[in-house]
Amino acid sequence: MNLLTSLIAVLILTLLALGVSSSAGLTYLLTVVIPYAAFAVFIVGFVYRIVQWAKAPVPFRIPTTCGQEKSLPWIKREALDNPSCLCGVIGRMALEVLLFRSLFRNTTVSMQQKRPIYDSAKWLWFFGLLFHWSLLIIVIRHLRFFIEPIAPWINGLSSVDGFFQSGIPTLYLSDAAVLAGLTFLFLRRVVSPRLRYISIFTDYFSLLLILGAVTTGLLMRHFFPVDLLQVKNLAMGWVTFSPVRAEGVGTLFYIHLCFVFTLMIWFPMSKLMHMGGVFLSPTRNLANNNRMKRHINPWNAPVKVHTYEEYEDDFRDKMKLAGLPVDKE
Amino acid sequence: MSFDHTPKPDELIDVCYDPPKTPWTKTPVDFRPGTWSYPGTPKSLTALGLANPRQWQPTDEDWKLPENWKEIILDGMKERIGKHRSFKLFMDLCVRCGACADKCHFYIGSGDPKNMPVVRAELLRSVYRRYFTQSGRMFGSLAGARDLTVDVLKEWFYYFFQCTECRRCSVFCPYGIDQAEITMLGRELLNLVGLNINWVTEPAANCFRTGNHLGIQPGGVKDMLEFLADDVEDRTGVRVAVPLNKKGAEILFVTPSGDYFADPGTYTCAGYLALFHEIGLDYTFSTYASEGGNFGLFTSHEMIKRLNAKIYAEAKRLGVKWILGGECGHMWRVVQQYMETMNGPTDFLEEPVSPITGTRFENAKSTKMVHISEFTADLIRNGKLKLDPSRNDHLRVTFHDSCNPARAMGLFEEPRYIINNVCNNFHEMAEDTIRENTFCCGGGAGLGNDENMEMRMRGGMPRAMAVKAVKEKYDVNRLACMCAIDRATLTSLMEYWVPGVEVMGVHELVANALIMKGENERTTDLRGEPLKREESK
Repeated sequence: MNLLTSLIAVLILTLLALGVSSSAGLTYLLTVVIPYAAFAVFIVGFVYRIVQWAKAPVPFRIPTTCGQEKSLPWIKREALDNPSCLCGVIGRMALEVLLFRSLFRNTTVSMQQKRPIYDSAKWLWFFGLLFHWSLLIIVIRHLRFFIEPIAPWINGLSSVDGFFQSGIPTLYLSDAAVLAGLTFLFLRRVVSPRLRYISIFTDYFSLLLILGAVTTGLLMRHFFPVDLLQVKNLAMGWVTFSPVRAEGVGTLFYIHLCFVFTLMIWFPMSKLMHMGGVFLSPTRNLANNNRMKRHINPWNAPVKVHTYEEYEDDFRDKMKLAGLPVDKE
Repeated sequence: MSFDHTPKPDELIDVCYDPPKTPWTKTPVDFRPGTWSYPGTPKSLTALGLANPRQWQPTDEDWKLPENWKEIILDGMKERIGKHRSFKLFMDLCVRCGACADKCHFYIGSGDPKNMPVVRAELLRSVYRRYFTQSGRMFGSLAGARDLTVDVLKEWFYYFFQCTECRRCSVFCPYGIDQAEITMLGRELLNLVGLNINWVTEPAANCFRTGNHLGIQPGGVKDMLEFLADDVEDRTGVRVAVPLNKKGAEILFVTPSGDYFADPGTYTCAGYLALFHEIGLDYTFSTYASEGGNFGLFTSHEMIKRLNAKIYAEAKRLGVKWILGGECGHMWRVVQQYMETMNGPTDFLEEPVSPITGTRFENAKSTKMVHISEFTADLIRNGKLKLDPSRNDHLRVTFHDSCNPARAMGLFEEPRYIINNVCNNFHEMAEDTIRENTFCCGGGAGLGNDENMEMRMRGGMPRAMAVKAVKEKYDVNRLACMCAIDRATLTSLMEYWVPGVEVMGVHELVANALIMKGENERTTDLRGEPLKREESK
């Protein structure tokens, strides 16, 4: 059901883009007005969400420890899986964000001969990593449309990415990788009964949206080439705040734009915000140094306790009878 | 302990992981006997000043909620979203990648999809979306949102009391989303309208008044410890002292009351007494702070603080230098992650230094509370103990990492170092089931009661099966652990799944091996069981 709704939503978007491409007024809207609107929503929304999270206090230091803590000097500790200082935390977060450390631990359980058996399950980690990194490279490669002259490092990245020089124009590794990653993530959600059971609309829709943008991009590069000069003019127009209407860029390009702008608007209000949120997770970004350094809770307030005096008043006779010392006779 | 109403192990092991036909949002809770805990009694709720004390049962149609229950819950959510970044973040961040799904012992043992941490969290997330996010307000179920109804509340009650806050899912989550945190806050919300379980509220109420969960009064604590001292004398011929409420002692010793109240914890406690006597430690127990455990952790953050306050207060009153803590699981979660934040600062104490070895416990310099396994490992390392590991040769030991020392501290090597020094037959369980991957006993967080037996046996199954594997391979007959709840719950778990394996604390092993000054020749261990004789080796 959720899958169907997401498919319909993406289909409607495509049709919308088709409609846009056939009307001059609407293409103006899509290439001159919406780019700014989408970018603004993305930036403002992203910052707003981060601020909302960051504003909430962290009353307790609650890291999840995944290795030996720092204790006696002769005991070997795990500085990254159980950091005790800021540099350890930075290392742990870097592993988490850049290499998906936690996902690398993934296992899968099955019952065999009336026993639960845990097998290593690195596929999610592998394709997840593949997808995220290649998407990042693709986004960076797109900077060549927005910068003139093109910075050498972007060209460098592109040539490394197109290392194998197969096909004309060269097939980028990241393009193949992002497709592989997306396909895996999508199929996994659809095929695995357990994943299907927990998936909601946003899970399918986010994947399909990115898949749509990637597919149209690839089609334009390899099958239905667009006038790249026109595209560059358009993009440079945006960044120099003198937007121009694009001429002769084709329907596919409009569909591509439509997906990308929807993605930008969708991003801050969806689960895609995990991109920013992962940095704030208190089970990961805090050092496990609780007994070394007191953590302060900003809303720590007095509570009703049962004092020793009340306790002794309650049990004084019994304590004396048992020969236990008392403060008041 | 009775398994009369629990299906046989052969039936229980038939777990099916295929999700049901109906989506979870449309599958109502079935309060099947054996899978839930009795609600808190009016008496215990009143004693703690908790909301809505009344007689009720989860199987009742009418839960006698306050008229404005919905408003109370939503206001409670709003307040907590503002107070805990974790809450807001964990509500927003999940991408439902499913990495946590099969990491939960209750899911592995029951196959109930709502026991996948991701879905257990969605129970709360769906309500959060409906009332606290724009998309949820506008798009409802399309945005994964749903109304808060009595049925949703019942579902919360069932599943938040079917989570032992073990944090295993959090190890695997790419964003560190911690179901324990969500369960804790979920239970806090439930408490606002008087939904809680008696296995939590009664110990908490007892602890508040008498100082310990079991409600043992001062004379009782003394009698029990004296009784254990008698036991030590019987086995070793050495009379050990039991210092209680002693002002001016160097160290306050706090341990869970389960240690001096019930077998097999008592043997661990006898182990502490023997060890402290042998090294001549200047310490004291307290009857006022006679509980290390803290069932506030299973109630609310406020209750953690109320119960925990006693430890520092008593340390101050007695004028001790620092605090030593016994073998316990959730007690150490509280000590490590909450105690000083809540009830510090600790300027009236000194940085802990072992009076025997002179070692400064740098890692506890602020909270000033040292874990007994750190203390004992340091003693052994410095050669301060005379040990004869062959006295444990009748035991073939494996070690269970308790959830909280594992995933809230990272206390892995100390107990292993001790065990390797006091016994000759130590065999680890499979890697996926120990250290940070350790599996819960199935009865933590207040769920270790008899009426919840089927669910406990299901939740404990992954742990039990790992024990079974080392029993078959290495003939293991002892499961060592450092947690009072474990010592109680693992005992029934073993009886059910792996008969022939008994449960013990690490310091029971220590005391068995400890050569004491002036002792008689040992013929039995602390339990009175005969040692393996030299010639039969």
